[in-house]
Amino acid sequence: MGIWLLRRVGQIIPTLLILSVMIFGLQQLMPGDPALILAGEERGDPQVLAQIRAELLLDRPLHEQYLAWMGRVLQGDFGFSWRIRVPVSELILEKLPVTFQLGLMAFIIAVLIGVPLGILSAVRKDQPADWAANGAALFGISMPNFWLGILMILLFSVQLGWLPPSGYVPITEDFWQSIATTIMPAFVLGTGVAGVLMRHTRAAMLGAMSQDYVRTARAKGLRERVVVWKHALRNALIPVVTLGTIEFGRLLSGAVLTEQIFSIPGFGKLVVDAVFNRDYPVVQGVVLATALIFVLLSLLADILYMAINPRLRRA
Amino acid sequence: MTPVLDVAGLSIRFPNGLKAVDGLSLRVGAGQTLAVVGESGCGKSATALAIIGLLAEGTQVGGAVRLSGQELLGLAADEMRRLRGGDVAMIFQEPMTSLNPAFTAGDQVAEAIRAHRAISKAEAAREAVAMLERVRIPDAARRARQYPHEMSGGMRQRVMIAMALACRPKLLIADEPTTALDVTVQAQILALLDELKRETGTAVLLITHDLGVVADHADHVAVMYAGRVVEHAPAAQLFARPEHPYTIGLLGARPSAASPTALLASIEGTVPDLRTPPPGCRFAPRCPFRIARCETEAPALTALGAEHGVACHRAPLEASLAA
Repeated sequence: MGIWLLRRVGQIIPTLLILSVMIFGLQQLMPGDPALILAGEERGDPQVLAQIRAELLLDRPLHEQYLAWMGRVLQGDFGFSWRIRVPVSELILEKLPVTFQLGLMAFIIAVLIGVPLGILSAVRKDQPADWAANGAALFGISMPNFWLGILMILLFSVQLGWLPPSGYVPITEDFWQSIATTIMPAFVLGTGVAGVLMRHTRAAMLGAMSQDYVRTARAKGLRERVVVWKHALRNALIPVVTLGTIEFGRLLSGAVLTEQIFSIPGFGKLVVDAVFNRDYPVVQGVVLATALIFVLLSLLADILYMAINPRLRRA
Repeated sequence: MTPVLDVAGLSIRFPNGLKAVDGLSLRVGAGQTLAVVGESGCGKSATALAIIGLLAEGTQVGGAVRLSGQELLGLAADEMRRLRGGDVAMIFQEPMTSLNPAFTAGDQVAEAIRAHRAISKAEAAREAVAMLERVRIPDAARRARQYPHEMSGGMRQRVMIAMALACRPKLLIADEPTTALDVTVQAQILALLDELKRETGTAVLLITHDLGVVADHADHVAVMYAGRVVEHAPAAQLFARPEHPYTIGLLGARPSAASPTALLASIEGTVPDLRTPPPGCRFAPRCPFRIARCETEAPALTALGAEHGVACHRAPLEASLAA
């Protein structure tokens, strides 16, 4: 187990290195010259442009630019935002709690809806409850987030006036206000993930319910509730936990459209603004941070998988 | 004396219209082993599942199944559940997959105990270890903490037996309990079942296709063909004087130690399609002794002696062949 964990953690380093090359390279493919944007009014002056390029190392070959950036990143320095002259790490630390709160709430909503619906539809396979649950999952997966978001704002903010239509209050400032500002975007994000979780839970439960050990559990005279929720679910959850962790990672990588609609100042908004401004250090920093979160969560998925699957524990 | 299990006129029809069992009757007394023998698809396992009430939903079951005089068919689902694992327990063919991989052996045995008796978890755990000892699992306390994947097939089947016998059932149904095991382990498991049966007085319904198992471990044998009992007799008598042409064929198809080089005999033809069974005797199309009557009229099970019954128009065969 210890050696396995070490080896697994060791895999993270090359993964992140390759990702950093890709992030850096892809960004170079973006059209537009950052020096032109930064120069603003003085964009006609070649001297100013040359000065900006020299300052930002934009006149150097790509590999030198990359190595310079990586060298600083390895020392924990993500550089400064070209546009607002704030350290990128500061921006990330400022937005991360917002995105984390939103992602966590969305994930909780997704699990609370998706897993029970999946179990229900597996137990009631080919009955009205199954059809209804499948319809709901299809709705959750296929409904565009921005559209559902607009509909919710119209209903809950404009018509009923129950929730603020947009904006964000930090959880440290006012807990309930913070929940009120994030519950709609969290629901919008959560429904899509709930649909995915529902479909996977259903498939895993159907697989588990047809296993011999479920027949054994029934032959022991256990209540059907125990057969389903203990014997079948415990085994069905193994793949669902892995999938859920990855989905959680997706939620944390920022929800661009949803954050825009609800004016939530999270990762999604940060990265979109940075892309439009050609603010390379911010784009690179945020995307790299997101990748790191993703890689760590997939490590967590593997550890959870070991923890709930006794067959792997001693491997 | 009321038999522990009394099945009368049992019929089972699957949702797809297939009539798996048709007018089947069986009796097993306390401390007795009744072997039900037949090829795959003859309705052995369906019969077992009907007795314990685990057939798939939508299956039609008719006739009577009485456990110590109590009718089981038509019991409310919850009443039947209470009997399962309590008065009637079952072990299955596949020990490798019949235990839940996510729980320890001890937990699974303890769960069976707690499903039927109001005792504490700790007490149930202690009793589970005691049960594992009774099925001769060495170092039972340590084994109880192991997961199924850490055990061999034979060991897992012992755990299944411990689980099944934990609540002292009146009837134990063993559906091909050793088919998936090595020959030496098979013998150990069957010997264990015999011992436990003697100790507890449990009636055993042993379902098998293996006549070798029947000869050594059954008191009485019922031979099934295409959903019906075609012959039943005390084991010794069945082997010495089989009457039904199908039984004779089965015994003839056994490998013989006396002439190991001889070709294995086989029964010509195939089992009839149970969606459209032949109108007369179901074995008639394959029977070397058939007469015209066999193809139109189904033979009833008739007594040939105190404990011997056979469903054949030509029984007793020897006399009718001589005539």
